[in-house]
Amino acid sequence: MLGSGNRRLSDTLFRGFTLLLVLFVVVIIAGVVWILISNSMLTIQKFGFQFLTNPAFDPVHDVYGVGPAIFGTLVTSAFAIIFAIPIGVGTAIFLVDFCPRAIRQPLAFVVELLAAVPSVIYGLFGFLVLAPWMQGSAEPWLQKYLGFLPFFQGSFHGLSLFTAGVILVIMILPLITSVSREVILTTPTAQREALLALGATRWEVIRHAVLPYSRIGITGGVILALGRALGETMAVTMVIGNQASPIGPGLFNSGYTLSSVIANQFNEATPGLFFSAVIEAGLLVFLITLLTNIIARILIYRMGRIGGLVA
Amino acid sequence: MSVIVERQQPTANPFQPPRTVHSARRRVSNIAIIALSLLATAFAVAVLLFLLLYILRQGLPYINIDLFTKIPTPNGEPGGGIGNAIQGSLILVGLASLFGIPLGLFTGIYLSEFGGRSAIATGVRFLVDVLTGIPTIIFGLFAWIFIVVPQQGFSGLSGGVALGIIMIPIVARTSEEVLRLVPKELREASLALGATESRTILRVVIPSASSGIITGIVLAMARVAGETAPLLMTAFGNPFFNSDITQPMESLPHTIFFFADSPYQAQNNQAYAGALVLIVLILIASFAIRWATGGFKQRGR
Amino acid sequence: MAIEVRNLNVWYGRAQALHDINLTIGSQGATAIIGPSGCGKSTFVRCLNRMHEEIAGGRVEGEVLVDGVSIYTRSIQPMYVRRHIGMVFQRPNPLPTRSIFDNVAIGLRINGLAGGAALKEIVERSLKQAALWDEVKDRLSESAAQLSGGQQQRLCIARALAIEPKIILMDEPCSALDPIATFEVEELIRELKNAYPVVIVTHNMQQAARVAEKTVFFLQGKLIEEGETGKFFSHPEKQETADYITGRFS
Repeated sequence: MLGSGNRRLSDTLFRGFTLLLVLFVVVIIAGVVWILISNSMLTIQKFGFQFLTNPAFDPVHDVYGVGPAIFGTLVTSAFAIIFAIPIGVGTAIFLVDFCPRAIRQPLAFVVELLAAVPSVIYGLFGFLVLAPWMQGSAEPWLQKYLGFLPFFQGSFHGLSLFTAGVILVIMILPLITSVSREVILTTPTAQREALLALGATRWEVIRHAVLPYSRIGITGGVILALGRALGETMAVTMVIGNQASPIGPGLFNSGYTLSSVIANQFNEATPGLFFSAVIEAGLLVFLITLLTNIIARILIYRMGRIGGLVA
Repeated sequence: MSVIVERQQPTANPFQPPRTVHSARRRVSNIAIIALSLLATAFAVAVLLFLLLYILRQGLPYINIDLFTKIPTPNGEPGGGIGNAIQGSLILVGLASLFGIPLGLFTGIYLSEFGGRSAIATGVRFLVDVLTGIPTIIFGLFAWIFIVVPQQGFSGLSGGVALGIIMIPIVARTSEEVLRLVPKELREASLALGATESRTILRVVIPSASSGIITGIVLAMARVAGETAPLLMTAFGNPFFNSDITQPMESLPHTIFFFADSPYQAQNNQAYAGALVLIVLILIASFAIRWATGGFKQRGR
Repeated sequence: MAIEVRNLNVWYGRAQALHDINLTIGSQGATAIIGPSGCGKSTFVRCLNRMHEEIAGGRVEGEVLVDGVSIYTRSIQPMYVRRHIGMVFQRPNPLPTRSIFDNVAIGLRINGLAGGAALKEIVERSLKQAALWDEVKDRLSESAAQLSGGQQQRLCIARALAIEPKIILMDEPCSALDPIATFEVEELIRELKNAYPVVIVTHNMQQAARVAEKTVFFLQGKLIEEGETGKFFSHPEKQETADYITGRFS
């Protein structure tokens, strides 16, 4: 390193300052984890795994559980994933393989804009527009024609697991599309050409060359989207009804999710078990989304670094 | 006549599709997939357009000066505005930026300039990546426990902290990426001219990547401007103008949430108006970011 | 099966890659296409099976007649041209997620040409034709990615042969292979050309001399000279050909 002692000093200071800030960030992350764990110890110790199955937050009897919340979280997220995968991957396929070149970028941009819309605006729309429509039109229609399925039985609620699921589909859609699209674009041309040279149709090229190659990365994107759905708070809280319902297949029931429990209960929480229960719900959300995130990133990184992926 | 022609065709032109069921099925499958994928895309686009246009229609009539300058009226009387929310959001985003930008930027600098491929840097990068996937309400919980509960009161400060933490990984990631893109030769040239490492980074590398860094910052600010969940339990809300960060503070997303849930039509209307303001800001930011990163250039096959 | 190319002009966007190509390729034996990099030989061959138009901005004008049938007409879909004109690429490109058997069978499956027992027979026959059968017959269900470069290329040849094309196009099939693998593939080509007309693009003149009866020389998008291989290399007619052969430029 050229230079006198003075110059070395400025470097040291700069480095030191940078490292200090990075350390601070690490401390914050550690702090988040620690605060979640330490403040939920009361209910962890008192209820253990039963916390996951206890049916409600009952301050009167001081018994707390997130059974229905977990149920609601899983149901709405599963619903969202099931429908978002075909729509999301389908959109990605269209954008890469079938869309006229001129409108490819603008169209991709429009789809990505869906991800930029804040959660509360989806909630607003869901609450004031979608939920009434669901209760008045969509749910009755579904019950009329598909009522043999247990999902569509039961009384109608606009603020329901179903509405929450539908909103989630829209919210996680752009994530699946953008990851799938990035991954599909990395399919080597040689693979596509191998199929083309045998006289394959466009779909056959996708089916035999592109999708097998992209499978892992697309799965990673799906899991990322699942994580997003599992942790989504505002939009879901505004349309899910936030009432306990019988745990069963009926999608038209109201319900709640782990995140909506936190949002609704934090202000009621008295110090002690109630408080600890709310925090433990937060800890659960944290752990679930952490897990899905790690799995997703392992899968995506296995496909090679895909630049520009801001999840 | 036509029968003879049909029989002759296959041998005359071997490049015609064979007249088999399989061949027809291939054709149908291909068309079906094109149609379905088009439908999927159309669905996504239609939803977005419908959403935007609906908010525009519902909110536009209530956009006026009062919206930005007045505070909400009690009991849903018509009139008033959401000026307190807008003021609050500005303060909160500003506060978050004060907190999140330096932390995020220097983390990005560390990862790009000092850390490289070392084990520690990989660990830090991993932690930062993980941070992006965490639902924002968790950071609200953190600030709630860490600041609100001990202070026994909601405050703009806690909200700003929560939002700031959310900004860190976004700024860090984008900064690291653009800093990495700065050619090695530039750094080497600067060092060869006698500049110190710190000077090189501050005066050469960062300015060179400045547009990318700014893009990342704008992205982060736009993201937190729309966040509600972490503010529920930190800044909470305030029906009046308030610039004191030790007190509860209103914010645009929170007002939208609150007014959407309200039984008063007047407040519903203002929720739409607020949503319109928010979405327009975010659209502007999105377009600006896209334009800055040259995203409209052709990419792909 | 003869190929006749008339007044072929080819573009990448606005850049013209091939100028006024006229050439006849006979229905027997192997034809080598040589020339320095960038001369358009790969582009030319990709026009014979309508692969060029898959590239963004790829445009073709002129006529290509395969056994008297013009393949660039609106009534003919490219996929059916490609099905009948086989292609082997520079880098072996077996499908890595598929087994050896499935790789050979894929052309048959998507074109609906055979199934069940007939399919197995054809796969075996094709692998034998590609001189690969003995090496893989006990591990047909293993991934194709396990094979060596030369083996993978022979697998690709087997894959192309399985659907019985009328012609086989080869775009520098040996340039990614080591000398032994190259030798094996060249041996294979010498066998194949007795049954199929082969067009092989190569940057290796010795290879052209070893393998092909007829040689064609491209330079900067133009067809400079064509002729019987022996005469081509010993007594080229054009100065550019002589320059290239003697290594004045490469």
